[in-house]
Amino acid sequence: MKREGGNRFVVPALALLSVITLYPILYVIYLSTHRKLLIFHISRFIGFENYQFLLRDDRFWNALKNTLYFTGVSVSLELLLGLCFAILLNRTFRGKGLARAVILIPWAIPTVVSARMWEWMYNTDFGILNYVLGVKINWLGSPFWALNAAILMDVWKTTPFVAILLIAGLQIIPGEVYRAARVDGAGNWQIFRKIMLPLLKPAILIVLLFRTLDAFRVFDAIYVLTGGGPANTTETLSVYAYKVLFQTLQFGYGSTLSVVVFLCVGVMSIVYVNLLSRDKKA
Amino acid sequence: MKRAGFYLLLLLVCTYCAGPLIWQFITSLKPDSELTRIPPLLTDSPTVIHYISIFKGHPFLRIILNSAIVAASTTLFSLMIGSLCAFGLAKLKIRYKSLILGFILSVSMFPPIATVSPLFIIIRALGLRDTWWALIITYTTFSLPLSVWILTNFFKEIPDEIYLSSRIDGCTSFQSFYRIILPLSAPAFLTTAILVFIFSWNEFLFALTFTSTTASRTIPVAVALFPGLHEIPWGDIAAASIIVTIPLVILVFVFQRRITEGLTSGAVKG
Repeated sequence: MKREGGNRFVVPALALLSVITLYPILYVIYLSTHRKLLIFHISRFIGFENYQFLLRDDRFWNALKNTLYFTGVSVSLELLLGLCFAILLNRTFRGKGLARAVILIPWAIPTVVSARMWEWMYNTDFGILNYVLGVKINWLGSPFWALNAAILMDVWKTTPFVAILLIAGLQIIPGEVYRAARVDGAGNWQIFRKIMLPLLKPAILIVLLFRTLDAFRVFDAIYVLTGGGPANTTETLSVYAYKVLFQTLQFGYGSTLSVVVFLCVGVMSIVYVNLLSRDKKA
Repeated sequence: MKRAGFYLLLLLVCTYCAGPLIWQFITSLKPDSELTRIPPLLTDSPTVIHYISIFKGHPFLRIILNSAIVAASTTLFSLMIGSLCAFGLAKLKIRYKSLILGFILSVSMFPPIATVSPLFIIIRALGLRDTWWALIITYTTFSLPLSVWILTNFFKEIPDEIYLSSRIDGCTSFQSFYRIILPLSAPAFLTTAILVFIFSWNEFLFALTFTSTTASRTIPVAVALFPGLHEIPWGDIAAASIIVTIPLVILVFVFQRRITEGLTSGAVKG
């Protein structure tokens, strides 16, 4: 029996994706070559002027630096902590399902809500954090702490996701592998270094792919927690682009910033996907 | 001894994960006078005043309704459109199949900030600003990669013979989709529905941009812009946080296994 064509089944999805994602991407590239101020109905083609301005824009370089710092530090910490969680939970014990559900709580809470929860815990005078630590740090108001405070929150929020993916990665390693290593006289550390890590590499790469792209696009957490302040020390690319777009209503330059975020994310995903496929072949 | 150490570590991890939410719950029960008291520990006189005030002085009920309608509709549409597409990709003859799947998956990497400005212009031009539809259409689209991915993987595991024999019995491909494949795939639909619902319930950037009044404002926007005359109303915010988090916590506890499966289905199989 010959199979029937299935084009009409995929058309609705493709149509929606084209209109709501592909067309806007082309449109945003078009906008980025224009000087467009929404309220004054000004729209004029200016070629690459926005991009030339971007290269001289200190606030852009600052936002890029903050975004890279945020991404690098939070993803490393999440991976480290997530790995610890995964190793701890990857065994059978009573209440395993319950423990996994508890661990999923931070993942399920809306980022906005967790930002407000942490904002209250970070409160200089009445926050629980300063009380427990016995210090009086102005977490969200000091240029040194604010970005790190945002990272701390992001780590709490996203470590569960990392842990869940790594547990799945650990579960496909058969138990005999560990037993064989034990018989051969391997210690805990050697088993971790020589067996777990290499076999976990595909899962780790996937986690890094998802988390790096997500962290690089960070918006909600920063926008609600600090709004980019103090003195733009926590302003990331998405937050800066959003402010240019919807607070100063410069749709042209704002779109230029958006295109840059899109290009960075595109390059990073290509790099990761290549790493992954090379890993699969090996 | 080793066992005790394990459970101690486990307790530590659970406290770390659930602690902030529990703390927010305690905060929500404190009268205003106790919020600024040192040490900031438990309360002597728990009160529900903040829970009453968010519903009385603030259109919170309407906002919850907005979120529920947007998230439920998104889930429905995403499952409908996503499952049709997944069925086509998993069981039917389509040209450029891997290219199509690749395109759909690559959309999940699109940064929302890169599409928000043109979408804003489009939505304004269509007169959809500040309506549920603006969010439903956007969320449905951005959730499609997830739905298509999970469902395609699941449909592929249903043996071709089952599908083909229903075709021989005279079903059209659409009939065999909803009579045969659909009933077999309830677990995958449930998993997808939970993840899409949580995504729509929590989304912030598009909601912040496309909504402007309580007509369509959703929970994350309301929580982010919680009004305060002079000082931030921490008690009210805490109460609001708890209320909007309850449905999610219930989902997590009831469907922990499904959520885990959904999150890892793509990741592990590659």
